[in-house]
Amino acid sequence: MNKLTKLELSHIPKLPRHAKLRFDEARKKWIINAPERVFELDEIAAEVMQLVNGNISINSIVDSLHNKFKEASREQISKDVIIMLQSLADKGFIVSE
Amino acid sequence: MSEISQDKSFSTPEKRSKTLIPYAMLCELTHRCPLACPYCSNPVQLELKSNEISTDLWKKALSDAVKIGILQAHFSGGEPTARKDLEELVSHASKIGLYTNLITSGVLINEDRLKKLYDAGLDHVQVSIQDTDPENSEKIAGFKGHQKKITTCGLIRKVGLPLTINSVMHRQNLHNLKDMINLAVQLDAERLEVAQVQYYGWALKNQTAFLPTRKQLDDATIIVEEARKKYKGILAIDYVVPDYYAKKPKSCMGGWGRQFLNITPAGKVLPCHAAESLDFLNFENLKEKSLAWIWEHSESFNRFRGTDWMPEPCRSCDRREIDWGGCRCQAFALTGNADAADPTCEFSPYRKVLDEPLSKAGNKTPEFVYRKF
Ligand code: SF4
Ligand code: SF4
Repeated sequence: MNKLTKLELSHIPKLPRHAKLRFDEARKKWIINAPERVFELDEIAAEVMQLVNGNISINSIVDSLHNKFKEASREQISKDVIIMLQSLADKGFIVSE
Repeated sequence: MSEISQDKSFSTPEKRSKTLIPYAMLCELTHRCPLACPYCSNPVQLELKSNEISTDLWKKALSDAVKIGILQAHFSGGEPTARKDLEELVSHASKIGLYTNLITSGVLINEDRLKKLYDAGLDHVQVSIQDTDPENSEKIAGFKGHQKKITTCGLIRKVGLPLTINSVMHRQNLHNLKDMINLAVQLDAERLEVAQVQYYGWALKNQTAFLPTRKQLDDATIIVEEARKKYKGILAIDYVVPDYYAKKPKSCMGGWGRQFLNITPAGKVLPCHAAESLDFLNFENLKEKSLAWIWEHSESFNRFRGTDWMPEPCRSCDRREIDWGGCRCQAFALTGNADAADPTCEFSPYRKVLDEPLSKAGNKTPEFVYRKF
């Protein structure tokens, strides 16, 4: 496992063992459980995080999202995904294979 | 995406009008502990082993917790590894979807047990380190175990568990903050929690021995800011300026009875781990009432929930739903009035009870008063 300081499109992101994604029934939301923290994901973040599995690159994540949400430009999606994942990586909640 | 956390407490993004959904529970499995920290936050009156609740009752509590929406279970104490059923409880919690965290001093555990906990599904371990200087560390803990702690941290990483170092920093160790940060990096910890002493319970007896000076804190803030930049993505550092030097209190656990609950070794359910210091309140026990009922209906959880209980200056203050009037335990311990605004607040008529000890913070440091079990 590598800690990441700056994300690039070719990186294959995953959650470190101490962060766990799951759907919470009580709140009807996707959440990430982490030490002393809970991230409640909005719809877009939830879409992104469900693709973060340590198998596919950020590039492929962007492709998949672009396929699903045709209204947004690929460029815009790519930017949003990087910003979102980078904010988690800065706190150590995104690492790479 | 909203991150609902600030250090120890979660802050709710939107106000929920109906039943509140709690986020986390602290399971104090036992009060037994080989250490004797003079800032211990456990009640001054400790529970005996014979009063500890059974494995089955703990399991039921964990299952009930998931039903009311709790996401995280923190296993703590005392020293939680003193209970032999720890693995069984972690395994149960993990199976039903709870995020599990072990809060330990690290002195009673070996590699074999850590492996078992890993296999049981433990998500995270937090180890307390009293200081980087072994001698001072052992003086503060009242126990010879510094090297053992360091070894344990290594083993935790070796078996593949994520690690947070928790260090209560105060007047007598703040000068080693830089070393503590380096130690955390060296031990390959993901997080360092620089905690502050809260002054109720045992810690109040040692107040002047702990109170840092303004200068110490200013230096600490700079050190933390630099280290945060340097170790971005490598080590996360949690640090907040302590109440005493702030002008406004912090929200306590995200507000009384809003996000958090605590279960004592004897099965009492508390809104905060120090709540028993509010000796006029009656706390329900899991042996008699369900967790859901206690969370929703008990007198103790409703006593300071929301804002209806507040007198002035909180009642009309525009921060009343931000800090919820601050810490009830500290208000009661320092002013004798549990409804008072937290005395750390600049609007509190009791602010002088803090300013007075602060003015002495430059004087000679008194000896610790240790607790013995
Ligand atoms: S008056 Fe009460 S609500 Fe306002 S800042 Fe002070 S403690 Fe908080
Ligand atoms: S009421 Fe005070 S002692 Fe209790 S959790 Fe809140 S801040 Fe801590």
